[in-house]
Amino acid sequence: MILVRPGRVLGLCHRYFYIYTRSGFRVLDVIFWPVMDLIVWGFVAKYFMRLDSANPTAITFLIGAIIFFNILNRAQQSISVSFLEDLWSRNLLNAFVAPITVAEFVASTFVVGLTQIFAVSLIMSGLAFALYAFNILTISFALIPLFLNLLFMGWSLGMFTTSLIFRFGHQAEALAWAVPFLIQPISAVFYPVSVLPEWLQPVAYMVPATYVFEGMRAVLSGHGDITNYLVTASGLNVFYFIAVSIFFGAMLNSARERGALAKLVV
Amino acid sequence: MAADIKSKTELEPETIVAVAKLHKSFGKAVAIDEISFEIKRGEVVGLLGANGAGKSTTIQILLGLIAQTSGQVSIFGMDPWKERVAVLARCNFSSAYVALPYNLKVVENLDVFAQLYGVSNRKKKISDLLELFEVGHLAQKMTGGLSSGESTRVNLCKALLNDPEFLLLDEPTASLDPDIADKVRKLLAQVQAERHMTVLYTSHNMRDVQELCQRVLFLHQGKIIAEGSSEAILAQFGQETLEEVFIAIARNQVTTSFVSGERL
Repeated sequence: MILVRPGRVLGLCHRYFYIYTRSGFRVLDVIFWPVMDLIVWGFVAKYFMRLDSANPTAITFLIGAIIFFNILNRAQQSISVSFLEDLWSRNLLNAFVAPITVAEFVASTFVVGLTQIFAVSLIMSGLAFALYAFNILTISFALIPLFLNLLFMGWSLGMFTTSLIFRFGHQAEALAWAVPFLIQPISAVFYPVSVLPEWLQPVAYMVPATYVFEGMRAVLSGHGDITNYLVTASGLNVFYFIAVSIFFGAMLNSARERGALAKLVV
Repeated sequence: MAADIKSKTELEPETIVAVAKLHKSFGKAVAIDEISFEIKRGEVVGLLGANGAGKSTTIQILLGLIAQTSGQVSIFGMDPWKERVAVLARCNFSSAYVALPYNLKVVENLDVFAQLYGVSNRKKKISDLLELFEVGHLAQKMTGGLSSGESTRVNLCKALLNDPEFLLLDEPTASLDPDIADKVRKLLAQVQAERHMTVLYTSHNMRDVQELCQRVLFLHQGKIIAEGSSEAILAQFGQETLEEVFIAIARNQVTTSFVSGERL
């Protein structure tokens, strides 16, 4: 049984390409917020640098965290917001009655997300270098596994959010933007896990992104080997990706049985 | 023996759609109440009924958007739920109420769907269909800027991209002026005849149904209460037009003998 045929995925990608490139506001949405985050928080960090007690590496931690969190956020949105784009344009019915598999549909959102993330990350990295002399390449080879772990976690979150939209309908749309920020406080994005209350730390250690951000800070502060962080993050990601894929299939089938899918897409 | 089998298959067209005791309920509300029907290859069947009669639910089950509570559905001898992709590759769908993405050009929309349906020689196919429906001049126009009539014809181009053996049409002439509706009807009739296509057609426009459909299924409160040719149904209900039959059924002005689920 063929789950993913490249021709079909390419067709879906073409559709997203046309949709995104035709809408200046969509392009703005993809680029504007991350760039604004980088500019505002970068200057805030610069200001803190002037204070006596500031750690000189604080600005690199903060800027690295902003760029990395954007990867997670964008990967999540590439799935959930792409799905919403189809809902809003009332086109999902045509897509759902075409001979494409769910895996092909999801795969096309992965490709679209990856393209967006590359573009936005390049812009942010260039700006970070120009404005704050932050060179993301100082993370060296660890950059690739850290990036991939955030990507997979973002995709899992995107599928989870879309599953909730299948289950709860239009009222759950806001989750497409909210979910990454719900887990941000326990993902050690801007501060180490040790800052969290003790009772919350085990929860943080269940989040793959925690190991990525801890790993990023370890590399930036010159504490070399982050293999343990990467292995744990990858293991958790594989587990969550499988679990979320099963959940996604179950929610889609449930929506079909309850007639909710038809209501959602018609 | 072999000769007997051959002559039987020659006499009886292949069954494209077979629905047996199909039932769908949403909680306590019954949307479809154990309906059964078949559609043979090359037949054009009208599915009629007032709002809430169960037409949309039936179509959505055939398209795999809703799962039935019980009963069997077979399309091309396959279960559309289990073999969704194989079934949908040989079907297509068009509805007056389902738009193509508005911010794509007509030709881009058709090209995307041609890719999704695995159509070979896409450019020629799209160009031929646009010419057939007399909308070739709209190829580079944004889909969102089309009039209702133009949009309907572009939707029909999309619905014919994969040369479907089974086409589901949901009120294709809704909101069209009489001139355009007439053109669309004639084109559909022409295409159906040329390709010997099987069509399931829902409409509130009884003229469409009378002109295009060889057989009509009347749904009422989830049951098939009448089935047959337009002429047979008119004779059975003692009415002059299908519209009068429709109104009589919708207002429960039919005798109980009709409301039995039995075929005419």
